[in-house]
Amino acid sequence: MNKKIIISEERMKILLERLCLLFMERHERPEEVAVIALQPRGLPFGKAWIHVLSKFCHNLLPDFGYLDITFHRDDYRKREELTTPSDTHIPFLVENRPILLLDDVLYTGRTVRAGLDAILSYGRPASVELMVLVERRFSRELPIEANYVGERVDALSSQKVRVLWEPHPRVILFNQNET
Amino acid sequence: MALSVNHLIGILPLSEHDIRKILDTARQFREVLQRPIKKVPSLRDVTVANLFFENSTRTRISFELAEKRLSADVINFSGSGSSLAKGETMLDTVNNILAMKVDIIVVRHPHVGAASFLASRLSRYPLSVHAKVINAGDGTHEHPTQALLDAYSLEEKFGTLKDLKVAIVGDILHSRVALSNIFLLTKMGAHVLVCGPPSLIPRGIEQLQVSVSHNLLETLEWCDAANILRIQLERQGAGYFPSLREYARYFGVNKKILDKLSKPIIIMHPGPINRGVEITTDCADSHHSIILDQVLNGVAVRMAVLYLIAGKSEKISE
Repeated sequence: MNKKIIISEERMKILLERLCLLFMERHERPEEVAVIALQPRGLPFGKAWIHVLSKFCHNLLPDFGYLDITFHRDDYRKREELTTPSDTHIPFLVENRPILLLDDVLYTGRTVRAGLDAILSYGRPASVELMVLVERRFSRELPIEANYVGERVDALSSQKVRVLWEPHPRVILFNQNET
Repeated sequence: MALSVNHLIGILPLSEHDIRKILDTARQFREVLQRPIKKVPSLRDVTVANLFFENSTRTRISFELAEKRLSADVINFSGSGSSLAKGETMLDTVNNILAMKVDIIVVRHPHVGAASFLASRLSRYPLSVHAKVINAGDGTHEHPTQALLDAYSLEEKFGTLKDLKVAIVGDILHSRVALSNIFLLTKMGAHVLVCGPPSLIPRGIEQLQVSVSHNLLETLEWCDAANILRIQLERQGAGYFPSLREYARYFGVNKKILDKLSKPIIIMHPGPINRGVEITTDCADSHHSIILDQVLNGVAVRMAVLYLIAGKSEKISE
């Protein structure tokens, strides 16, 4: 099977705008929320989402940071290869703040679990919500669900769902051995 | 992605890619050390034994802290007060510790090659085939984690090691820090100059792609950073130089000589410092000095080494 586009550039625009509106519907004061994108793939999604949000919120944007969860993964010493850690940048206090975690794809839920663990190293947030661009249905290995979902997709476990931002945004589906 | 070696015996067996990997991973651990909770769960199921057959303050505390920040279980062993005094060999001591299911051995030993010897022997014993060895200094041979933290500190200050001019000043002959630094810096494209009295510079050291000088002022004028080594006081009686006073006069770094230079340079020291001998207080505590940054970076670098060595998929070495 070849790579198949499951979300086009036009549809991505709609999804991003809808995610902004859903977020604003729940948060009257978006500037009080701190947004943390999970590295590495949550970061381009986070940047794109904040960019769209700035059209709605003007100068009252949430704080934005990104978090690497490599050292909190549950598969260290269990995989053949080590994951390369990415940068972390959280230029605000997490203590007692409502946090919005962002990632591009919600699959097994293990990355989000590690993210929740990692955030606690920075303090005790008032609350944590999760936003994902794509949710893969029926594939969770942990009891974790997102509060905001762009699009729900069905894919086989042998398939990969990848969000691409360059040269233009789109989501593709392909077989794992076709990377 | 993983390191090309199973054990960290020295800098010499590491590739440029390995060094890059360790320094990049250390940068992420440096961030972890800034968090309110400076601990990650990576090494939860790993037990590390710190075997120090030779005295140490900084390296032992730094390794222990790195292990604890990674959530490893830690046991400490020092040569004095142990069964070594009853005649047990080092290999028997280590095998007994490994029989209690220890995963990583951090070893410091006064003899050259101790870490390498352990690594080569461990694989012969069924209980210890998966144990990894990290060298925390073996005699006058290598001290790889010190060189890595020196490189990390230099990179933090200058952005890159490529074409950086680094001087190593002092007792090069007996220094494992000097040798590991020379291996690392030349592998990463830096220029190294060693400076000291002729009796403390090993013959043929030019073969390691380093320059030699016996003039401190010229050396400091040439370099971007100077790593000042400790004069090992126990060497003083061996006749390598007439007196500490004379050494301090010709090779001691002080504020006066730094003020003479045409540009500011960075001063490093692996510790422990003999104030007034190789470096004066006004210089060690000045804004030129990054000695205490080196100490903090040491924890991050050792976390990176432990993380990468422990995370290497289980393969029997040799």
